[in-house]
Parts: sequence; C-alpha cells; structure tokens
Amino acid sequence: MQTININVTINTKKYEMAVDVRKSLMDLLRELGYTSVKHGCGVGECGACTVLVDNIPVDSCLYLATWANNRAIRTTEGECRDGRLSPVQEAYVEEGAVQCGFCTPGLIMTTTSFLEKNKGKELSREEIKKGHAGNLCRCTGYQTIINAVETAGKNG
Amino acid sequence: MFPIENYHFVESIKDAVEALAADERARIIAGGTDVLVRLHGGNTDYGRLVDINGLSELKEITIDGEGNICIGSLATFTEIMEHELIQKYVPVIAESLATIGGPQVRNCGTMGGNICNGAVSADSACAALIHEFDLVIESPDGERTESINGFHTGPGRTILQKGDLLKYFRIRPENYTGFSASYYKYAMRGAMDIATIGSGAAVKMNGDIIKTLKLAFTVAAPTPVRCRNAERAMENKTVSEENLQAMADAIEKDVKPRTSWRASREFRLHLIRTLAKKVVRRAVENQGGSC
Repeated sequence: MQTININVTINTKKYEMAVDVRKSLMDLLRELGYTSVKHGCGVGECGACTVLVDNIPVDSCLYLATWANNRAIRTTEGECRDGRLSPVQEAYVEEGAVQCGFCTPGLIMTTTSFLEKNKGKELSREEIKKGHAGNLCRCTGYQTIINAVETAGKNG
Repeated sequence: MFPIENYHFVESIKDAVEALAADERARIIAGGTDVLVRLHGGNTDYGRLVDINGLSELKEITIDGEGNICIGSLATFTEIMEHELIQKYVPVIAESLATIGGPQVRNCGTMGGNICNGAVSADSACAALIHEFDLVIESPDGERTESINGFHTGPGRTILQKGDLLKYFRIRPENYTGFSASYYKYAMRGAMDIATIGSGAAVKMNGDIIKTLKLAFTVAAPTPVRCRNAERAMENKTVSEENLQAMADAIEKDVKPRTSWRASREFRLHLIRTLAKKVVRRAVENQGGSC
C-alpha cells in the first residue's frame, strides 16, 4: 500500500496524516466523521459529495485525498457555527428546500461558494440554475432550492 | 478505493517525461474527471498513474510580445473561462468550456485532458480547430510542436507517443486576430451532458463578405473535424440564405456521422447541416456584421 503524508485543514481543524494514494477525498472525509459528505453516484454526476477545496466546489468522489495536501476543505458541518446555521443553511430550511435531504449538504456547499463568488450581483433564476447544474435532487423539483438561493443571496 | 497499482507524483516536467517513457502502461492523471471515472468503473488500463498536479508551471495562461497566447495543459476549464486574456482575445474558448459538465467538473477538468484523451465529443476541440492551436509537447527527445490539425487519429486516439507530455497550447496571432467566432453545442440537456453534435465557426469579414471561414464539428466523424469543403463554399460570399444552403450541402463531404444510442446518423446529419448555418451566422453577428 502506497501512502503519502498530508497536512490538511478541514473546516477549522488541522490534520496531519498518512493517506492511501487510492483513496478519494470523499472516503477520507467520511472516515474522519464528516458524514454530511454523501456517497452518491461516485462519478461526478450528482454532486452529493460536493465540498469546497480552497473555497472552490469539487466533487470529492473524483478528487484524490492526497490532492488535499496543504489545502483547506469546507464541508456542511463547518458552515454551522456555535450552534447557528449559516444564512444559506437557514434559507434552505425557510424555503422548504429539503425533502429527503441526501442532496442537501452538497447543494449547501455549491450555493455557499456560488453566492461568495457572485457577492453583490443581481442573479437571475437561470444563472442560479446554471450555477447548480452539477447537483441533482430527485425530490424537490428544484424550485424551492432556487428560492433558497435567492433568499440566501438577499440575507447573506 | 480506486484500483491504482502504482502512483507517481512527479516534481518536474523532466521527471514526468522519464516516468512516462519508463513504464509502458503509465497514464497521466491531471484533473481526474475522466481518469478517476474510468478507475471507478474498474478499468485497469489506468492503474499506473503519473500525477502531474504538482507542475504549477503548466497552469499558466499568458501572452507573449508577439501575441502568442499560451494556455497551460493543467489549467482548469474554470480558470481558462474566467481568464481576462481568453475573454478578450479568444472568447469562443470560454463560450465552449462553459458548456462542459457542471461547475464541479469544470473546476477540476483541464483542456489538456479534454484534447489529449482524444474524445470525439470534446467541447474544446472545435475552438482548438478553428483557432488552429499548436500543441507544445515535451518528450524524452526534447520539445516539439504539433498542430491540432491531424492531432486526433480516431475515437480516443491521438498522435501522442509514449513519453509525451503536453505542456501548453499556443494560439498564434494570425489565427485569432480579426476573427470572430461562435460555438454551439446540441445536447439533450442544458448541462451535464455530452454533445450530440458540437459546432464551431470563426470568420474574418471584408464588409459583408466572408473573407475566411474556419468551421469545425465534433461527434460528426471518428475525430473532431475541420470542414474544408464547407469553408471553401462560403469564401468570398455574403451570408445569404442561398449561400448558407450551398455550404450546408457541401459539408456532407466533410463529415461522416454514425448512429449511436444518442442519435441516428440521419439525425446527426440534419443537425450538422442546420448548425453549420447557425454557427456561421452567430460568428458573423459576433463581429458586428448582419445576416
């Protein structure tokens, strides 16, 4: 088994560890207890495993764990601070954008980065759709999710 | 766990080329959006990886004093799309890359991988063909430059040899100055889909007359193709419906679409004829011309 030593920050916690080169970032995060990161399709289609790497959303199932070396990872767990939901998380609850919930953590991270990147911009529903095209939801029909992004954009 | 047998994270271009030359089965991994999908599916052809992600010099996007635009093979789709040099001088590249997958895939995938994996449907291939990219390649014998014309040799196949590493794409000024261009992807879904047909056109106008047309298609033949017969049909012509129709007739000599589960040969041919007209019109409109 080939391993590589990595230093990685996950949310606010720093880790130093030896990582199997065959492991995805998704597997590593789930093993460390960050189970908001969901194992969906495993091939970059559904976005359920989306996390932010240096504030950029990636499918953690298609990302080698060793690539996280010297990088900062954000997962949905870390968006909740001192028991308070982030504006994005709050908006998903308010707008009823959560049904079965499996896609929600990935979507929260996509929305978080989408709104950070487009801060101060007026966003159309079409732009929101395009910005979230990498995340599938089989329950909601997406309208409530788009509503949540709009609401979070206003409240953020 | 991905079925990786051997993993080599290279520290330099020299190191990469040596590792690739030394191992018959070694494959490059860059953004991973193709290679890791294949490994996930158990494809053992990808078990011996040379990881080039440490080569930050391959991420650069620059322009030199002569106007040559260079795009590093490891620059992600998002980095290329959002780069001011690309938006200013070769915006059709940004337009094309915006149609790839979704945000997460574009944040990892690279244009180097999109071209070097030889995909017939590569969304960057039309832009590469109409702007006549040069590919600057390092091998154990040193550096050489190949043209995108003739680079693809079949589905999933290119002229790349064992030990070759694409360093960057170069777009010479004569291949973009004065041109305006457009890309149109026909797919079943608005995102996260593979092109049924992809089409790209670059035009240089002289008043209302097309002085030069470069037209390229993907999924229209066993490789991405330049459509020279159609191009000649539009040279020194106005953008009239009659002339566009003659071009659409001529393009049948340039393409060889096939039937797949995505679309029949007949439907693809219909798309090619229709999109040729559409994409040429859009390229002309982008120049500020009317048609």
